[in-house]
Amino acid sequence: MPVTDVTSLIDFDSLLDDEERLIRSTVRDFVDDKVRPHIAEWFEAGTSPRELAPELGRLGLLGMHLTGYGCTGSSAVAYGLACLELEAGDSGLRSLVSVQGSLAMYSIWKYGSEEQKQEWLPRMAAGEAIGCFGLTEPDFGSNPAGMRTRAERDGDDWVLTGNKMWITNGSAADIATVWARTEDGIRGFLVPRGTAGFTTSDVHRKLSLRASTTSELTLDGVRLPSSAMLPQARGLSGPLGCLNEARFGIVFGAMGAARDCLDATLAYAGARTQFDRPIAGFQLTQAKLADMSVELSKGLLLALHLGRLKDAGRLRPEQVSVGKLNNVREAMEIARTCRTILGGAGITLDYPVLRHANNLESVLTYEGTSEVHQLAIGQALTGISAYR
Amino acid sequence: MSLRIVVCVKYVPDATGDRHFAEDLTTDRDAVDGLLSELDEYAVEQALQISEASDDAEITVVTVGPEEANKDGLRKALSMGADKGVHVVDDALHGSDVMGTSLVLAKAVEHVGYDLVVCGMASTDGTMGVLPALLAERLGVPQVTLLSEVAVADGQVTGRRDGDTATERLAASLPAVVSVTDQSGEARYPSFKGIMAAKKKPVEELQLSDLGIEADLVGLGGAWTAVDSADARPARTAGTIVKDEGEGGKQLAAFLAERKFI
Ligand SMILES: Cc1cc2nc3c(=O)[nH]c(=O)nc-3n(C[C@H](O)[C@H](O)[C@H](O)COP(=O)(O)OP(=O)(O)OC[C@H]3O[C@@H](n4cnc5c(N)ncnc54)[C@H](O)[C@@H]3O)c2cc1C
Repeated sequence: MPVTDVTSLIDFDSLLDDEERLIRSTVRDFVDDKVRPHIAEWFEAGTSPRELAPELGRLGLLGMHLTGYGCTGSSAVAYGLACLELEAGDSGLRSLVSVQGSLAMYSIWKYGSEEQKQEWLPRMAAGEAIGCFGLTEPDFGSNPAGMRTRAERDGDDWVLTGNKMWITNGSAADIATVWARTEDGIRGFLVPRGTAGFTTSDVHRKLSLRASTTSELTLDGVRLPSSAMLPQARGLSGPLGCLNEARFGIVFGAMGAARDCLDATLAYAGARTQFDRPIAGFQLTQAKLADMSVELSKGLLLALHLGRLKDAGRLRPEQVSVGKLNNVREAMEIARTCRTILGGAGITLDYPVLRHANNLESVLTYEGTSEVHQLAIGQALTGISAYR
Repeated sequence: MSLRIVVCVKYVPDATGDRHFAEDLTTDRDAVDGLLSELDEYAVEQALQISEASDDAEITVVTVGPEEANKDGLRKALSMGADKGVHVVDDALHGSDVMGTSLVLAKAVEHVGYDLVVCGMASTDGTMGVLPALLAERLGVPQVTLLSEVAVADGQVTGRRDGDTATERLAASLPAVVSVTDQSGEARYPSFKGIMAAKKKPVEELQLSDLGIEADLVGLGGAWTAVDSADARPARTAGTIVKDEGEGGKQLAAFLAERKFI
């Protein structure tokens, strides 16, 4: 009897408690009902399922690992499993949730004033307000420390000028967390949609993450009251702290995309015959399936291990780098190998594999490129920074 | 006084799994994962809506089933929003048919105390659909079954039943038993807060002796029906291909008529 879920190979479920399994299956059901039937269309049309936000909020998915202010307050493992199931649907959907919860909401939750938290977090948790996170600039990606966007004092106000590039949820956002250079280092600001001088334009012609909005933010003398600054974030450690949160979700998420590819491929290989037998019966196909399942299993175990460390309060940034580097890289390899097993059928949106593979190109690059994570691990191992 | 709603839910083998009979010709529950019967989610949903529309209501979910029925069945209903659970679990229950199950449920429902009992339209494994009627009979209260719309007001339960030829509007005085169909309204997903809160909700475990039920009235021995033999469904054979050479429509109609589809 062929398996219907590759993760059963190592009985992954036996490592989860009842609550974790119920959260996982709830998100899986949600994705099956609300995402899977439409995702190919969204991807092809290049539209992001923003209208799902209130439903994601009702489930408790937005800012789910944060406490208070209407947030769920779940464990890190539960949050990771939710990311896994969302990304099994599409990396774009997981990106929407990651950016909302781990970047936009987290920046306010961690560094914001009480008034900022009260004003934004409950609405964001409910999916009534969408957030984005503007760190990257056209000329500063891997090296955000060089950013040019600046905030200057004018009386009690701040005036922001600069451009942010590749901003997920950008044009859909009601509130943007924007990082800018000030006299006393890098600081974060909350910029509401519609503020004079603040405009967005979407990035078109993407071949990856098409079911997600990616925008450029333009800040042209945007005047903000002093209360718009995030009081508790000072220096680059502010935005980097947020990124570390979001990366953690990707460690699980990428394995969701890989699992979805493998599940689809197992079904296909069992049903497709060539030379009068199912292609699943060929040794070369089985070698691919075996190797992919082994990598998936290893990635899942790594993700869960990091999740347990995080719940114990012991997760270090370079450990997240280990997870992100490995799991996205392997997920991509799995998606591409699955594509070969599907043959021609694999290049269409009728199957999820090339969509996932293309999405993972973005996932490999954002939240720290794979090279940057290699450098982070290298630095942890050798004590030598090789960034510059 | 608070409205006491009891929802009867069943823990069933996942229909997408590879389901088999065990050696004694009862369902092999170890071979497949179990879950809350999907059709019972509609019952939980309607109970929640009735409860939300009333000032003061309490929902108890009751299940008769194996050990796992608590964490994978009741827990989901509690996560959706029910207040507490009752789990009747007893080795002697193994192999019970609908007569045995309805007896146990009746005693359990009486034990909890109720104004309204809500059931799904059928279980997704047995699919008999007679349990609500048996339960009402055993409790000696009115039954209003197969409702696609249900509401409670002024000591009455009212609802709509959509038949093949007529739509009926029905009412019964409380206490009563109702069953609701899969047309009654999409069941909500449990929220994560609900899932986390469910852990702390009380679940009372009862054995047959707690309900004063003789073991020989239930289980395989007490069943009114017996499965003599069971064979796996034969592998699917190649379908019939009708080539349209002018008579295609007629051939199709004949094919369907022969199998009593039309
Ligand atoms: C779909 C998508 C969504 C995104 N969403 C957001 C968002 O919401 N918010 C946000 O702020 N940003 C976002 N980003 C931006 C993302 O974080 C950056 O793309 C990423 O940091 C890389 O920057 P870059 O594209 O400028 O590439 P570069 O930094 O120019 O890198 C190009 C190549 O050079 C390599 N490289 C750079 N420096 C070194 C070095 N020192 N040693 C070795 N190799 C090096 C990189 O690894 C990479 O291979 C998003 C990007 C994408 C594609």
